[in-house]
Amino acid sequence: MAATRKYGPRVLALVTGAGLLLSGCGGAKVGESQAASDGKGGCGTVNLAINPWVGYEANAAVIAYVAEKNLGCTVVKKDLKEEVAWQGFGTGEVDAIVENWGHDDLKKKYMDEQKTAVSGGVTGNKGVIGWFVPPWMAEKYPDITDWKNLNKYADLFKTSESGGKGQLLDGDPSFVTNDEALVKNLDLNFKVVYAGSEAALITAFRQAEKTKTPLLGYFYDPQWFMSEVKLVKVNLPEYTEGCDADAEKIACDYPVYDLDKIVSKKFAGSGSPAYQLIKNFTWTNDDQNLVAKYISEDKMSPEDAAAKWVNDNPGKVKAWLPSS
Amino acid sequence: MVAVSAPVTRRLPSRSYITGAVLLAWIALWVFLNGRDTLPLGGAQLTPLHTRFGEGADVIDANRDSNPVFLYFVNYIRLFIDATVTSVQALISRPSFGRPVPLAGWLGVTGVATAIAYLYGNRKVAVLTAAGFVSFGLLGLWEESMDTLALTLTAVALSLAVGIPLGVWAGLSDRFNRIVTPVLDFMQTMPTFVYLAPLTLFFLIGPASATAATMIYAIPPAIRLTAHGIRQTPPATLEAAEALGVTGGQALRKVRLPLAKQTIVVGINQTIMAALSMATIAALIDAPGLGKTVLKALQTLDVGTAFNAGLAIVIMAIVLDRVTSAASRRVEIAHRTGRSGRRRLRRVETAVTAVVAVVLVYLSYTYVWAAEFPAGADVGSYVRRGADAASGWAQETLVAYTNGLKNAITYALLNPFEALLAHSPWWLVAVVAVALALLLAGVRASITAAVGCVLLVALGLWHDSMVTLATTLVATLLVMVLGVVLGVWMGRSDRVDRILRPVLDAGQTMPAFVYLVPILGLFGATRFTAIIAAVVFAAPVSVKLVAEGIRGVPHTAVEAATAGGASTWQLISKVQLPMARAGITLAASQGLIYVLSMVVVGGLVGAGALGYDVVAGFSQYQLRGKGLAAGLAIVVLGIVLDRIMRAAAARAGGSSATR
Amino acid sequence: MTVPTVAREERPAPATDGDRPTVLDVRGLWKVFGQRAGRVVGTSLATLDRAELKRTTGCVAAVRDVSFSVRRGEVFVVMGLSGSGKSTLVRCLNRLIEPTAGQVLLDGEDVLGYAGKRLRELRRHRFGMVFQHFGLLPHRRVLDNVAFGLEIRGVKKADRMARAQEVLELVGLAGFEGSYPDQLSGGMQQRVGLARALAVDPEVLFFDEPFSALDPLIRREMQNEVIRLHHEVGKTMIFITHDLSEALKLGDRILIMRDGALVQMGTPDEVVGAPADDYVRDFVSDVPRSDVLTLRWIMRDATPDDPLDGPELGADTVIRDAVRTVLSAQRPVKVVRDGDLLGVVTAVEVLEVIAGAGGQS
Repeated sequence: MAATRKYGPRVLALVTGAGLLLSGCGGAKVGESQAASDGKGGCGTVNLAINPWVGYEANAAVIAYVAEKNLGCTVVKKDLKEEVAWQGFGTGEVDAIVENWGHDDLKKKYMDEQKTAVSGGVTGNKGVIGWFVPPWMAEKYPDITDWKNLNKYADLFKTSESGGKGQLLDGDPSFVTNDEALVKNLDLNFKVVYAGSEAALITAFRQAEKTKTPLLGYFYDPQWFMSEVKLVKVNLPEYTEGCDADAEKIACDYPVYDLDKIVSKKFAGSGSPAYQLIKNFTWTNDDQNLVAKYISEDKMSPEDAAAKWVNDNPGKVKAWLPSS
Repeated sequence: MVAVSAPVTRRLPSRSYITGAVLLAWIALWVFLNGRDTLPLGGAQLTPLHTRFGEGADVIDANRDSNPVFLYFVNYIRLFIDATVTSVQALISRPSFGRPVPLAGWLGVTGVATAIAYLYGNRKVAVLTAAGFVSFGLLGLWEESMDTLALTLTAVALSLAVGIPLGVWAGLSDRFNRIVTPVLDFMQTMPTFVYLAPLTLFFLIGPASATAATMIYAIPPAIRLTAHGIRQTPPATLEAAEALGVTGGQALRKVRLPLAKQTIVVGINQTIMAALSMATIAALIDAPGLGKTVLKALQTLDVGTAFNAGLAIVIMAIVLDRVTSAASRRVEIAHRTGRSGRRRLRRVETAVTAVVAVVLVYLSYTYVWAAEFPAGADVGSYVRRGADAASGWAQETLVAYTNGLKNAITYALLNPFEALLAHSPWWLVAVVAVALALLLAGVRASITAAVGCVLLVALGLWHDSMVTLATTLVATLLVMVLGVVLGVWMGRSDRVDRILRPVLDAGQTMPAFVYLVPILGLFGATRFTAIIAAVVFAAPVSVKLVAEGIRGVPHTAVEAATAGGASTWQLISKVQLPMARAGITLAASQGLIYVLSMVVVGGLVGAGALGYDVVAGFSQYQLRGKGLAAGLAIVVLGIVLDRIMRAAAARAGGSSATR
Repeated sequence: MTVPTVAREERPAPATDGDRPTVLDVRGLWKVFGQRAGRVVGTSLATLDRAELKRTTGCVAAVRDVSFSVRRGEVFVVMGLSGSGKSTLVRCLNRLIEPTAGQVLLDGEDVLGYAGKRLRELRRHRFGMVFQHFGLLPHRRVLDNVAFGLEIRGVKKADRMARAQEVLELVGLAGFEGSYPDQLSGGMQQRVGLARALAVDPEVLFFDEPFSALDPLIRREMQNEVIRLHHEVGKTMIFITHDLSEALKLGDRILIMRDGALVQMGTPDEVVGAPADDYVRDFVSDVPRSDVLTLRWIMRDATPDDPLDGPELGADTVIRDAVRTVLSAQRPVKVVRDGDLLGVVTAVEVLEVIAGAGGQS
């Protein structure tokens, strides 16, 4: 991908802020007005990308709360899809992404090629991706959680969309799926149907559980909906290192992701205490699900949800604070 | 009057036989060739073209800080737009100048808006405006509403500043008009999702990108209608002015522009509506306002909160629509009322209104109660609960019937149609398309169809395009059924019009994201859900245009038929519908364009195909090139279908068809 | 079809050759529509008739080699059926349509060479035009419409309003200054159009079928209005019409066009009395000749037998006006001009004309 780009001038310009090379000509510059954090001891402004799912919001809310209350930072939250958020590292508008699911392609581009982003360590959350059925099905057909039995039940999953086969509802467009290849390579009598959004997936599962209709779909955990309806995972052939190397020939389950944090290189080098906080931040799936539940089910604002959790867990928070 | 359609029916038989033969041959061949050469492409598969498209965006990214175009042009535009939006926000929505509240609070803003509505519109829209603005506060969404208003007004102002001059140019120059028309088609049919991410490379994250995205969608009506108005200047008037020795500038300023004024105001109205309809999508790149509330609510499937915010958007749209419409009517009737006698009175009225508005602004600047909307009056929570309850009830009780409806239409109409389009060999579909275009619309349209087919194949998305086409055509069909039925009803009765119009406005302006969850609950993640979403959005336009056409049938024609003893049904079928053909054609072509603009939303609710490709391209870095290609495929479909429909309508209607 | 003669007496005596200077001199004017129209004129193509030309080149010759001159103060009528090229011809004169070839000399200067500012100045100061469909500005009051020509000329507001008011009174629209065009009847709108053209005080006024869109009563009223105005302001007028009676009523001279070419040019009595060809003859066949022809056209030479002590009438006396005198006289009536005896007229000649027989030269 466009390996011939010249990064030198831009990085220099960004780092020096004034952009010696270019501002001499009098041009307005990207990043001039968005100095990330002043980096002179005080905390200054932290720009957090907010990716559009509640679990992310939970991470960000807690970090923002601690950064403002304990470190005196000004936190600016920006609602952005992942791809746009990563772009923001380069333009200086985003300092940190606080829950990242894989995205090896973006890592390659922004960490290895552009060198505008660096890793901020893991969040402690384990991301599980896979095929799920509503709990009533797992109860009624206990052997359905083994992929080998899926063909037996294929007829149950027929819909108007699946053209005579069983339907595998795929679909938040943000996630890379191997499902078409999996169906083919595992010889399943299913057709992948794209639901197209997380809302569509959740609604489908909610209705399936409520009306006891069969549904097989792609889902993931941690996700706030799991605390409303505990979906049951269908086990695909176990993931082994490298079994997903060739996308065409994949025949194994998704790996468990260690969700991580990404920060902009400039932010990492700024010496901001907020950077230390973000780097140190880790918690468990249960922690996140709790805060997510406050937000999604109890309809608390993210700020209130974060405050509640932080007050209940002073020990965990203390461990994140910069050691100075 | 009945004779109007006579030449058409006389000419039809031979051509309709051939058309029928083409269709039969298609079905016959389909039986044998079904499934061959359908050019499918898997969800994650890419063609080399898609990869190259994807790399295009990287070039922008790489050169952003070294390329002089960026340094001296784009960046300044960005700074300018950012500053404009920020200052409007400081005025009405955000704490500013060290104050905990904006310069003008709710009372001041409401006062100024009402005064404007009163001075440029009339008393009725002034009351509506006041009620509308107060309702933003009552819904608990004052700040969000003002953010949306700030962004919308900035985008509209800039769109008009760019669009009206370009429209004038397009009105004066045939050549420029020919160049600009396909560009505008492109801007209106290219899904926003495709250019949203690249825009943030040009204008960064924030108000500038959101404004630019809004402008791309909102400028076309301003340009089109201005050009239309300028073009419409009666030749006799223009010639008379020319004989008096006007310069080009004088002809424009003193003749063309004043005569086009009313059409231009209609263009402004449409620009505002288009800008507002972008509020939700722009929220994906951090545009402030009601759109954010809707999107956040969608994450937790919080129908009530989404509906509450959607309602505020609808109210804002209706207020802005009514005020601009009233303003345009005022322009029209201004000279008919003996103005001269009332000038003095008018001046007094203006002064009083202005003083009241200024006082209200001062109060809202000074006192907290007038600055921040009182929190006590919380209607929003009732709306939220009500919407939640309604949505829950509908999903539980209606689902049995809706499933039946979904299955009936899917199995009887959509599936066979999709099978024919998507499972035939691509070359067979292309040949049929070209043949049908030739038969129904003429040589030029058939060339367009041929070029379109080639482009779809080249874009690597033939199969997805055909699936989307099938859904689109079925949706358009439903839109037209609704359009004709409701449009005739509305066109014949003022009372029906009064009742139906706000409902249609709501359908058109309520962000799709609001009703996504309930309709997903009712119809599941299916193509049919996508069709419903498209019909909700597109039918209002068609209904209105058909009603307009029915109302435009000369009174004498109706009178003559009634005097001749025609029954109501005969009156409708033999007089009003045939004579409103121009309006109905327009309704169909606009309906189609609106349906196409919902393809992406369709992708979010299970329609798959091009809509999903675009959404996935927006969400996944490695699919961005494919998303762009899918966007282009939607544009190709839109332009080809539009051209064929217009040519077919022009041919069927002889010289009487408009546009 | 009758030819009203109500106002004929009031008009200045018809100009005769030489007593007034030529204002507008049109020479060899061509207008050919179509691609590469310029290649038609001056080649053998120019001799083809219209249909032939259209077939071979795709071009349409709307005006073919028309020449005429208009004298100061004259009402010059161009008449023809629709498609004869008369409207194109008049638009070539003020260059609303660009002629393909020829010359249009205004006071001896060829205006076809004018461009840009000079052309605009020409239109602003020296030409005025009245249109069939009025071409008024619906968003302006009547007074502003009349002042429009002065406004674009840059005349100060107070001055142009005063002048517009003056002209409005001249055309009988006083009291309607504040109205808008669509509040007026067609006839009144055309008065506004007329006032607008007069307001700039042009040397030459063009009328392009100004009364065709009006109903007959109003049309007659407006024709009389033009005659009155011509009497009062004495402008040179070039008047386009398809209505022969209008042409005969208004014209000092009439130019008849057919298929873009000049068929005949002459005074009304010349056209009626001596049609140039069958086309014109057919055209004028319905005209009551006694209303147009003068005694000159029916007198015979006096024979020695004629008693020459009867009444005397001028040679330019219209027959209808002479009827009573001729029929009541017991002797031949003497036709004289400047005291010279040109011939005599008796009841026989007069009755022949009225009965519709003979009477031609």
